[in-house]
Amino acid sequence: MKTLHITLPLTEENTKELKAGDYVYLTGTIYTARDAAHKRMDEALSKGENLPINMKDNTIYYMGPSPAREGRPIGSAGPTTASRMDKYAPKLLDLGLRGMIGKGRRSEAVLDAIVRNKAVYLAAVGGAGALLSKAIEKTEVVAYDDLGTEAIRKLEVKDFPVIVVVDNEGNNLYDIALKDYARI
Amino acid sequence: MRELSVDKITEAVRDMCIEANHELADDMKKAFSLGKEKEESPLGKQIFEQLEENLKIAHEDMIPICQDTGMAVVFVNIGQDVHLTGGSLTDAINEGVRRGYVEGYLRKSVVSDPIERINTKDNTPAIIHTEIVEGDKVEITVAPKGFGSENMSRVFMLKPADGIEGVRNAILTAVKDAGPNACPPMVIGVGIGGTFEKCALMAKKALTRDAGSHSEIEWVRKLEEEILEDINKSGIGPGGLGGTVTALAVNVLTYPTHIAGLPVGINICCHVNRHAHREL
Repeated sequence: MKTLHITLPLTEENTKELKAGDYVYLTGTIYTARDAAHKRMDEALSKGENLPINMKDNTIYYMGPSPAREGRPIGSAGPTTASRMDKYAPKLLDLGLRGMIGKGRRSEAVLDAIVRNKAVYLAAVGGAGALLSKAIEKTEVVAYDDLGTEAIRKLEVKDFPVIVVVDNEGNNLYDIALKDYARI
Repeated sequence: MRELSVDKITEAVRDMCIEANHELADDMKKAFSLGKEKEESPLGKQIFEQLEENLKIAHEDMIPICQDTGMAVVFVNIGQDVHLTGGSLTDAINEGVRRGYVEGYLRKSVVSDPIERINTKDNTPAIIHTEIVEGDKVEITVAPKGFGSENMSRVFMLKPADGIEGVRNAILTAVKDAGPNACPPMVIGVGIGGTFEKCALMAKKALTRDAGSHSEIEWVRKLEEEILEDINKSGIGPGGLGGTVTALAVNVLTYPTHIAGLPVGINICCHVNRHAHREL
């Protein structure tokens, strides 16, 4: 396990360095999208329409924040369970999506798409939304404003802490770590 | 008969929604520090430190502990010598939830219909469980429940022949399936006995009992202690990133059941096991 500082965007080149178990601080632009935004993006693709954000070398954070108090960029902002986006993720990865930030296990189809597209799945610590909000400096709703917390937001993050769960060779920290500590 | 205006209930529910989402009760804080001591994985220990730092920031800066500020589950024990005045109890509780979530900058996570899915924009309605009890007080517990862990909860309708071993297997299966999805270190609420719905309700209620407390029934206390040890041997660890502390507590409630059945409800909660309590 090593600690790295990465300036976004993630690319084929810089994701090669990321190995399952690495601790990474991200700085730059990421976008939020969760259940309802994914459903809408999927419907747009089915109709042959453009997506509101470009997927190429993009990083999506599966997160719906609590409202910001006056003078603050965002409220509590921790990851949601990634598996609910598994139905839509392979299609977005095939369109160039490079990074996903969430928590929890992914489907085989997503794991295959990560390796196929040399992407990466990162976890932020679930339930640490107050702490994580401190690494978010600026936010702006860029699409689907009517979805409230589920709108697509552009976030400027500084040293946002994540852990590499699935690297682009398909190594999965959840499987490795479990074996290291399982005693039954 | 004592009269109590439902406005008092609205006010209390509002305050409890905000309080529960910004500060964990002392039992959970204690469970965090015990967990951190017991955790053997360096990364696991680091995650415990982050969770403690998170609680500190939440409290000092008034940022919710978790962005999923939950669906408001409200337990109300109404003394049979109380006369509630000024409107309906249900409306009063929902008004308290509405004010708490709107005025407290909490996330609105409730949709009006499970299929059409339109956000109600004020986090109502609450899930309300009322019970009539002796006395002239009204006791309210507000337990906002996040769905990362709620989604991993289970009901098993076991056979009587499955016995205590069947119960253990059911709990372990639910926890292992939940794994990293349920934001470990978890708190596990278990209801054994009753009917299909009774075991699920007991499991939910068990989560509001203090972490670290134990049942007064001998075999239940033993089950709580032993299954917690077994869960912590699973290797899942804090954040699901490997470790020796996967759960902080297992709380079990039991109830008489039918000669043909052994229902087991398992309500999984993340480390943000929120519950605020008031007596009016």
